[in-house]
Amino acid sequence: MTATELLHYEDFHEGQVLPFGTYHLTKDEVIAYAREFDPQPFHLDEEAARHSVLKGLSASGWQSSAILVRLAVDAYANRSAALGSKGFDEAKWLKPVYAGETLTGRVTILSKRRSASKPGIGVMKCLFELLNSAGDKKIEMTGVQFMKLRQP
Amino acid sequence: MIGLYLDELEIGRIIPLGSHHFTRDAIVDFARTYDPQPFHLDEEAGRRGPFGVLSASGWHTAAGWMKCYVATNQAAEAKLRAAGKTPAPLGPSPGFENLVWHKPVKPGDTITYTLTVTGKRALASRPGWGLLFSHSTGVNQDGDEVFAFDGKVMTPVRPSSG
Repeated sequence: MTATELLHYEDFHEGQVLPFGTYHLTKDEVIAYAREFDPQPFHLDEEAARHSVLKGLSASGWQSSAILVRLAVDAYANRSAALGSKGFDEAKWLKPVYAGETLTGRVTILSKRRSASKPGIGVMKCLFELLNSAGDKKIEMTGVQFMKLRQP
Repeated sequence: MIGLYLDELEIGRIIPLGSHHFTRDAIVDFARTYDPQPFHLDEEAGRRGPFGVLSASGWHTAAGWMKCYVATNQAAEAKLRAAGKTPAPLGPSPGFENLVWHKPVKPGDTITYTLTVTGKRALASRPGWGLLFSHSTGVNQDGDEVFAFDGKVMTPVRPSSG
């Protein structure tokens, strides 16, 4: 893909909703992430997880957020002149993400403006949502996406 | 948190969480799975990218915090058990606020994480549980803050003996 084919700041508009693809989360991936970064029993062991407050083997909240990011990267960031993010105002881990679920999501452009301090860069405030195939919402995150302008 | 009940965790308490070292291979491996943007995968793309350097995904920096946080909690719980006490369990978290990546985390960086207790309240909807609020930071080996966020975690209230 050449630079001219990439989506730029001008190609996004307020209220726009971009659907994401799907991500199948295996039990092995839940356990592998947990072993490395979040080794709590309810992320590591099915039997311990059944008896926990989460009632089943579930992904670390940070892993679930990272999966939402992966879906966003595949859906638009790597097809655009995206310049990373500075942070997220808020993330709500609404429901546990369970091993074996197939996840999808979407991003909604809440607002956009040109950066006052950095010419040529746009700032988009975005709502990212993660859902399972039954439509249960798992995560809501609101954050900033920097995007290059096509015509600075 | 750290095996303590809600009433035992005083506001202002500082809990050092330890450090995580970020190798180039770990940065690229994490990014391949969860955040495969060019500037997290390759030195040249990193140099041309928004941060001017190959940098870890911000979600990798956050995962390093979680690793240190869980290790700190598990060590504190083991210490309480060794002393014949029953540690309060670490509850789940409903989310976070004000997460900021101030500066890139680069290959070879060591990030030291610290948590400060900032607030707490009982949960009317969940008798026996409260929410503990905290502010965490990640500081690199040069003393620069690279990461911060406000966390919250469900924390049990000490069961009454009566």
